[in-house]
Amino acid sequence: MNFDDTPQEAEFRSSVRHWIDDNAPKYLLPYLEKASFATMDLGDYNANDESKAWRKKKFDAGWACLSWPQEYGGVGASPIERVIWQQEEGHYAALGGLFTIGEGMCGPTVMSYASEGQKKRYLPKLAAGEEVWCQLFSEPGSGSDLAGLRTKAERDGDDWVINGQKIWTSGAHHSDYGMLITRTDPSVAKHQGLTMFFLSMKSPGVEIRPIKQANGQSGFNEVYFTDVRIPDAQRLGEVGNGWSVSLTTLMNERLSIGGSMPTGFPEMLALVKSLQTGEGLAIKDKAVRDKLADWHCRTSGLKYTSSRMISALSRGETPGPEASIGKLVAGSMMQDMSMVALDLQDLSGILVDPELAELSARFQAMLLRSPATRVEGGTDEILRNIIAERVLGLPGDIRADKGMAFSDIPTGR
Amino acid sequence: MNFEFSEDQVLLKNQIRRALDDHCRSADVRQILESDSPHDSQLWRVLCEMGVQGTAIDDSLGGAGAGYLELCVVAEELGRALAPVPFSSSIFLAVEALKVAANNEQKLALLPGLASGEKIGTLAAWEINGPLQPDTIAMRWEEGVLNGRKILVPDGDVADVAIVIARDDEGLSLFAVDLTDSGVTRETLETIDPSRNFSTLTFNAVAGQRLGDAGDGWNLLEQVLNRAAVLVAFEQIGGAQRALEMATDYAQERYAFGRPIGSFQAVKHMLADMYVDLELARSNCYYGAWALSTDADELPLAAATARVSATQAFQHCSKNNIQTHGGMGFTWEFDCHLFYRRSNLLAVLLGGQSVWKDRLVSQLESSDAA
Repeated sequence: MNFDDTPQEAEFRSSVRHWIDDNAPKYLLPYLEKASFATMDLGDYNANDESKAWRKKKFDAGWACLSWPQEYGGVGASPIERVIWQQEEGHYAALGGLFTIGEGMCGPTVMSYASEGQKKRYLPKLAAGEEVWCQLFSEPGSGSDLAGLRTKAERDGDDWVINGQKIWTSGAHHSDYGMLITRTDPSVAKHQGLTMFFLSMKSPGVEIRPIKQANGQSGFNEVYFTDVRIPDAQRLGEVGNGWSVSLTTLMNERLSIGGSMPTGFPEMLALVKSLQTGEGLAIKDKAVRDKLADWHCRTSGLKYTSSRMISALSRGETPGPEASIGKLVAGSMMQDMSMVALDLQDLSGILVDPELAELSARFQAMLLRSPATRVEGGTDEILRNIIAERVLGLPGDIRADKGMAFSDIPTGR
Repeated sequence: MNFEFSEDQVLLKNQIRRALDDHCRSADVRQILESDSPHDSQLWRVLCEMGVQGTAIDDSLGGAGAGYLELCVVAEELGRALAPVPFSSSIFLAVEALKVAANNEQKLALLPGLASGEKIGTLAAWEINGPLQPDTIAMRWEEGVLNGRKILVPDGDVADVAIVIARDDEGLSLFAVDLTDSGVTRETLETIDPSRNFSTLTFNAVAGQRLGDAGDGWNLLEQVLNRAAVLVAFEQIGGAQRALEMATDYAQERYAFGRPIGSFQAVKHMLADMYVDLELARSNCYYGAWALSTDADELPLAAATARVSATQAFQHCSKNNIQTHGGMGFTWEFDCHLFYRRSNLLAVLLGGQSVWKDRLVSQLESSDAA
């Protein structure tokens, strides 16, 4: 048992480290170090331009979409090499947010289901960061119950005509292409009437509206489709087979989101080591110590769980749905921790001005962002179902809509 | 990175599990729980024949010369089977104390007996109810003999040798004591888990030999407790894993309202949370095992983290195992209470949660990592 690289891994790490050291945009580091909890402020620099520039540089040098095959813009690296790259990329990884969904979810699905010509056309540009992709899955009426989606696709000659609405689409306003799941047949059971497409986000009839989130920011969008036409050639998988196509995407989503969760624990430790309360340093308080120990155990548990998963990758195995625990543990912990952190600051805990609040108001940002962490990419409840059913082998829940035609399923309001 | 047990270590684990499946069934545990026998001497002999006690003891001292990773694997299996033997007292506490504090001559005299399992060792530290602190230790060492009383000595009724912490004018020191001395009186204690033995030992002018430097006893004891914490944490995750499996099996077999209770989300989510706590604890235990086997500077932090995490996981899994079983879980006949008892015993065996949490945070305070 050790944390050491194999000689091969060490060699790879060293070449990655050298390349990053020679090529990374070091002028952005002061901003990137402060980026946290889904916010990134690059001051006078344009975040999209900087993200694309770093991406292009990596692509040209052969460091983008590492695990993809070479003909589609990747380098065919092993999963463990991808992990090593992520570790070495460090703070610069924040510049990759724009491409996460494209690389982690859309790309693999296109690779599995598109024609050879389409793969050659779209994947290298995705890998190079020249074209940004989003996924159009959730709808106002179907979140956890994704298969209950209603956006309609109707065949018209060589095209499909799309009408409906998607929501919670990260980065739709920056995207060139989107992967879209639709209902093509409401007369069959809900999982059977779905079909997957990809389309240009510039298509006539696509309207993107940013959502003003509960924390005041806007990272997600609503996307409206009014008589949008998609050529049948842009269908991914068979008609009616959209559900199994979407599973390819969703498994990749949980792996990429759960992979490297920030927990906020280092920030918490820094706070209680510096904050004076009426009785002295906060870390001397017995109640604080009790909670701090619990949070440390969970943070450390996640860290070494990830080490175990990396070991599995290193042996050439695939980590299973166990990867779901990262977000489940980190989400509610961040929320609990931010509440305690504000409480320790007493009345000044309400301040959100980084100049005035402790630790540049990071806990206030965490407080207001963490509810989303517990919902996005699978709610805490869905993740618990996944663990119970796929890891522990418990039976699925009994479904009230089982076997019903989609059009007969009650919808409430 | 290779943060897993090796193939050989997994083979050892399977070998121990098979032996325990044969010789440490729930009926065997209940035999000790329900009788006056302090431990399962037959099982102890089986372990002796397999050479398990000497796993992490040097072959020059009568051991098998394997390492701590192998011993962690053994601990997990003993915990899973709720083995009613003085293994933790003798191997995790007494042997580790000798490794930490004894000189070569003392090791040569004492370790081979413990390594073969022919002798049983223990640690005698507590004197009053409540947390162990330096000022709670009053036992005196004077003119080469010990006088005083130690309570809550694990396996005190069967141990041949005790490592005792006592004071003289130079402060606290550790001493090795032959418990067959006629000045030793033993009195069995009743506890929440009668499948393990605890007793009070009274020393009346009992001879002993000092281990390590005079006045260094508390420091040495902390080192011993850190090492034992990692090993006991493996016992705890072994028990937690079994409790989770029992609960999962029952949730699939037991029907209510025309369906398996494991199909209800209220039950599923409870079991998923048990799994999460156990996985986090397991990963922390691996970190502890790594720190113990490499004698890393981080051992005090790794040990406290494994200890706190594994204690919580075992308590969590054992109490919700009863909950999953409903009324049947509260019968003497079902095994749930055996795990519930053991989890709450191990939770305080080396000192309670608040003590270990305080140790953990002290390590965070002194580290630069903020």
